[in-house]
Amino acid sequence: MDEIRETIIGILQDLHEDVDFENETRLIDGKILDSFDIVTLISELSNEFDVTIPADKIVPENFNSADALANMIAELEDE
Amino acid sequence: MLFTDSLFIFGLILLFFVYFLIPQKYRWMLLLAASIAFYAYSGWTNLLYIGATAVTTFFVTKRIEKMAAAAKDAVSAHKSEWSRDEKKTFKEAEKKKRRRWLILLLVFNFGMLAVIKYGAFTMNNLNGIIGWFGERGTLPVPNFLLPMGISFYLFQTMGYAIDVYREKYPCEKNFARLALFVSFFPQLIQGPISRYDDLAKGLYAGNGFDAERVQLGVQRILWGYFKKVALADRILPAVTLLISDPEQYQGMYALLGMLYYTLQLYADFTGGIDITIGIGQVLGIPVTENFQRPFFSKNITEYWRRWHITLGTWFKDYLFYPVSVAQPMLKLSKWSREKLGKNIGKYLPVYVSTIAVWFVTGLWHGAAWNFIVWGLLNAVIILISERCTPLYNKFHKKCAWSNSRPYDGFMAIRTTLMMGCLRMFDCYRDVPLTFKMFGTMFTKWNVQIFADGSLMKLKLTGADYGVLIAGTLILFTASMLGRKGSVRKRVWERSRVLSCCLTVVLLLTVLIFGAYGIGYDSSQFIYNQF
Repeated sequence: MDEIRETIIGILQDLHEDVDFENETRLIDGKILDSFDIVTLISELSNEFDVTIPADKIVPENFNSADALANMIAELEDE
Repeated sequence: MLFTDSLFIFGLILLFFVYFLIPQKYRWMLLLAASIAFYAYSGWTNLLYIGATAVTTFFVTKRIEKMAAAAKDAVSAHKSEWSRDEKKTFKEAEKKKRRRWLILLLVFNFGMLAVIKYGAFTMNNLNGIIGWFGERGTLPVPNFLLPMGISFYLFQTMGYAIDVYREKYPCEKNFARLALFVSFFPQLIQGPISRYDDLAKGLYAGNGFDAERVQLGVQRILWGYFKKVALADRILPAVTLLISDPEQYQGMYALLGMLYYTLQLYADFTGGIDITIGIGQVLGIPVTENFQRPFFSKNITEYWRRWHITLGTWFKDYLFYPVSVAQPMLKLSKWSREKLGKNIGKYLPVYVSTIAVWFVTGLWHGAAWNFIVWGLLNAVIILISERCTPLYNKFHKKCAWSNSRPYDGFMAIRTTLMMGCLRMFDCYRDVPLTFKMFGTMFTKWNVQIFADGSLMKLKLTGADYGVLIAGTLILFTASMLGRKGSVRKRVWERSRVLSCCLTVVLLLTVLIFGAYGIGYDSSQFIYNQF
């Protein structure tokens, strides 16, 4: 799980280098990530973890923090 | 029926009284009856279209929900027997079946819209293509009357169906209640495109009389009427004149036409939405806000987050994201990473989806090349602006003065002018003419029209200009004050008497400054035609 989280933080840092993704918990609610970032992020995550992220998973609860993203990826890998 | 028709206003006042007099449990039924009556008034045949949407959505969403429940039961029943892979395969097969029902529903409803709204456009273009090959275009061109508000209620209802498929919330089991969600009359003219989980609770609650809510709701309605009848309808004759004769009205006239239309569209659309939200507020039904001071935006991307918000979020949730994360798009991304480099592969899906969404957004506004080009130009500007973001960030870091209020103001004016220029596609009959008229603003410097009295020959009198200038200043001031929260609410909290005075002032303003008089005939809302 920690490995997934670290990889996700690396991808997020590529998108916005000036954000503290370790601790930020309002990536969507705080409008830090916009729709362009989300789609780019999904494309990167799908490529990195070989998972399919369906459109119905694109909700703030899954994208608000690196932890939430890691949980979603872990769940998708389990499915 | 127009919001400005005396029959509508009389009916609305009557509805408010009856709504609060009847028992709570019957109030939503009264709203349904009012919605059907309102819609039937625009033409009985229109009821068939909206009825077909309501009926098909009701049965399909119920079916999808039943299938999802049955699939869950089957997985639970075989929990210990099936392996993880077997469960996964079963779930995927079941989801596929449910998806087929959803697609059937979407194809039927959007198909209906495609035939009615785009049939003639498609056939005319096909005939044009046939003409290129030397044949005379002979395909029949259908001529359907567009049912009122179809682009709004259809999107709202299909959003609900997709959400039920995604198991975001349970489907509505009572047909009459669903029919009210589909046809809620204040939204039928020009939206907003509400979400079921935002609107439904208020629709069926039958909230009772609340003095504060009713007072603030009535003020919002009057504010909307002020924008519509005192500003939008007042400037309409000048806009119509300026765009009706492109040979005569070029250069600075085209600039004036663009500015006048910007004001007209803003006052017309936001005014209509104010009336809708105000009606909802009186009835205790929260309706989603559709604007957030759009002309204060610093760039076009921000503008589209603040203008017609519910259409933007609809496209984002139901088109942009699904298209962006669809398998073919991910394959395209993978392929381009390998063949064209990591950077292109990373951004390609988002660019392709953006162009696709803006193409459809253009089409949503109307079946004409003007709207398609308008949509694509929006996409181009948004994408260029996205690519230039690192450059802008560097600029803002280096130049401290660019982080000041005056510079924000400059960017807001720039965005407003840019959007105004793009909106010229609404006005002129075709794409080449629109580009030509845009070009004349830079090539024909007939600036003397601002001083030689020409402005008085545009079907606007000195008094009209006075009302329009004062009205625009009032809109600007209200927007500035509104940044700290609802002005009406603040007035109410300060003093009930002051709030009542505000209502009376608003009413008198609408009555005195509305563009009435001999020959006055209020226009339909611009967005109702989309």
